Amino acid sequence: MSEHAVTAKQSLFTPFNVVAGLIVLMGAVLTVLRFTGGLGAVTNLSDDNPWGIWIGFDLLCGVALAAGGYTTSAACYIFGFKRFHSAVRPAILTAFLGYALVVFALHYDVGRPWRLPYPVFLSQGTSSILFEVGLCVFIYLSVLFVEYLPAFFEWQRMPKVRGFLVKLTMALTILGVVLSTLHQSSLGALFLIVPSKLHPLWYSPYLPVYFFISSMFAGLSMVIFEGSLSHRYLHHKMDQAYTSEHDGVMLGFAKAASLIMAGYLAVKLFGLSMDNRWSYLATGYGAWYLTEIIGFVALPCYLYAVAARDRNLGLVKRAAALTVIGIVVNRFNVSLVAFNWQLPPEARYFPSLGEIGISVFVVTVGVLAFRFIATRMPIFHAHPDYPESH
Amino acid sequence: MKRRRFLEMLGTAGLCLATPAAATSAGMGDVRPSPGAKGVLFDAVRCIGCRKCEAACNTVNELPAPKKPFDDLTVLETGRRTDAATYTVVNRYLPAEGAAPVYRKIQCNHCLEPACASACFVKALVKTPEGPVTYRADLCVGCRYCMVACSFNIPAYEYHSALTPRVMKCTMCAPRLAKGQLPGCVEACPKGALTFGRRTELLAQARERIKGSPGLYLDHVYGEREMGGTSWLTIAGVPFSQLGMREDLGTASAPELTAGALAGVPVVVGLWPVLLTGIYAISKRKEKQAEAEKRAAVAAAIAKASAEAEAKLSSELTKAEVANKRLIEIEVKKALESAGQDSAREES
Repeated sequence: MSEHAVTAKQSLFTPFNVVAGLIVLMGAVLTVLRFTGGLGAVTNLSDDNPWGIWIGFDLLCGVALAAGGYTTSAACYIFGFKRFHSAVRPAILTAFLGYALVVFALHYDVGRPWRLPYPVFLSQGTSSILFEVGLCVFIYLSVLFVEYLPAFFEWQRMPKVRGFLVKLTMALTILGVVLSTLHQSSLGALFLIVPSKLHPLWYSPYLPVYFFISSMFAGLSMVIFEGSLSHRYLHHKMDQAYTSEHDGVMLGFAKAASLIMAGYLAVKLFGLSMDNRWSYLATGYGAWYLTEIIGFVALPCYLYAVAARDRNLGLVKRAAALTVIGIVVNRFNVSLVAFNWQLPPEARYFPSLGEIGISVFVVTVGVLAFRFIATRMPIFHAHPDYPESH
Repeated sequence: MKRRRFLEMLGTAGLCLATPAAATSAGMGDVRPSPGAKGVLFDAVRCIGCRKCEAACNTVNELPAPKKPFDDLTVLETGRRTDAATYTVVNRYLPAEGAAPVYRKIQCNHCLEPACASACFVKALVKTPEGPVTYRADLCVGCRYCMVACSFNIPAYEYHSALTPRVMKCTMCAPRLAKGQLPGCVEACPKGALTFGRRTELLAQARERIKGSPGLYLDHVYGEREMGGTSWLTIAGVPFSQLGMREDLGTASAPELTAGALAGVPVVVGLWPVLLTGIYAISKRKEKQAEAEKRAAVAAAIAKASAEAEAKLSSELTKAEVANKRLIEIEVKKALESAGQDSAREES
């Protein structure tokens, strides 16, 4: 134990830790401001723009990018791609932390966060899409927590509890896919209620379908992206099985993402034709729409395909980064850029430094938690007691 | 024929089971108003922009005093919207150059099937049978989805309240209505631009006014069908778009817009587990089959190899036997020969 303490002390003031520490400090200051001065003290939110980046980024992007949990576990356990097994635990951990942070960030955004359990336990507004989102996120966060727990109990050497939880894998995976289908699509369905506020190029009765399909390749790309980052910084924690399977996972996911993105493009095209929105393409918003579709979906889709064919891992990583950015662009477009598009420029929303600060703080907390867990618990390596179960 | 009839019955039963679920999940049952529901008719032709309604609203709702007093009409020079301290505003519009200004009062329209109430995930906003859409601050979480959902941009939020922020909007003076009083604004209007009453009667009255002076009014009661209909109705002499009112809202109510997505929930919950378990079973079976085939192939290979080996062995054995026999025969022959020689020697 004393040895550990010494090494911990030595490595405490790394550049990473210093930057992370400063961000956490900033987050603490902003938290105080937020909960003493109200939302108005730190945000640029207004009566016309009730949702800002805490919804557009922290909630919409957070949930979409945490979709790697259900896609990876479904691929491995339901569709029988056993070669993706080593990717399941990091993906589940990323998803669990992602959802936990979404809920954490919501505590800043809603006016009275201590009432967040109300919709589930006190007064159920079942006619609301947001009720469905809330209920699903609440249950799914619990599911992800249970799915993550075996790693914790292996670390704590509690084989009985661990053994029981492992038996639930199949049921939890199916439950996870059901819940993810529901709330990933519902996040898009949130905007179905405002055809008058969302630009016609982004508004579509297919919004829930768009959000669900895009969550799949968002999740896959995030697993690739997160995997390449972990490879660089947590390589010493990875075992033979993880590193040997890693390239196969990347290429398999690249292929899958490319196929799903092609399907997404087809559905987008279908929606555009169904609603006959072609004329809008010639406008300024049309140019931005085409940038999103061609630059951030069609291009990474093609890059993924080429990378999978040539077994080019570098290209897979670049395509993944582009896809992740594309998801952020899409969610921002739906919730912020194309939302309230008819309002005069001075009534439009742009995030304040305080809002950006809290979002950066939330992401930093996530990275720190991921590092804390991945360096201690069997995430990238099998536990010596359970060599087969990784 | 019998089978077909059975299938038809099955289909009908399925529909019957599905419909009430879809209807309740869309919350239609909660928000349908009763026929006696009250409303207000606003007549933009009669409004003179005196802001008396704003002042009365401020008083009866005990809202904070504004920066500029209500008799200061210079505020009409800029367009305003409702906010956390203002449930209603009157704006001035200049429909054409040189034309007389037209005024419009803005407040909650109290939709028949309100977007805000259908969007509220704690039922803090409710359409009451009497007409008003009311708000319960003791339930509100502060997600502000009602503000996103409202096509009329009416609900406002107390962004500067740290611990008890509320959504703020006109209540049609529901507490006053309960006491038999008129809404504050209606009571204060000196020009009869606001009329309170049963919505059905207000619609009839609006049509009468339009019919009575066709030169003064356009033949449209705004709110009769917009967004599924509203309790607050507006008539005017200039196109509503020139009064800052959206004419592209359509007649679908908010619950209709989200009913499809909500109806998908039971489909996903019902179908996914079955399909996924099926896919799991298939992939498992394929895996097993592959394993069985592998095992069979291995067994066959072993069998073949051992059969070959046995055949070889037996042929070797027979060969060896033959060779042995021959050897024995030779030996016997040799022995016999030598014995014959021996006996011949003895005889000689």
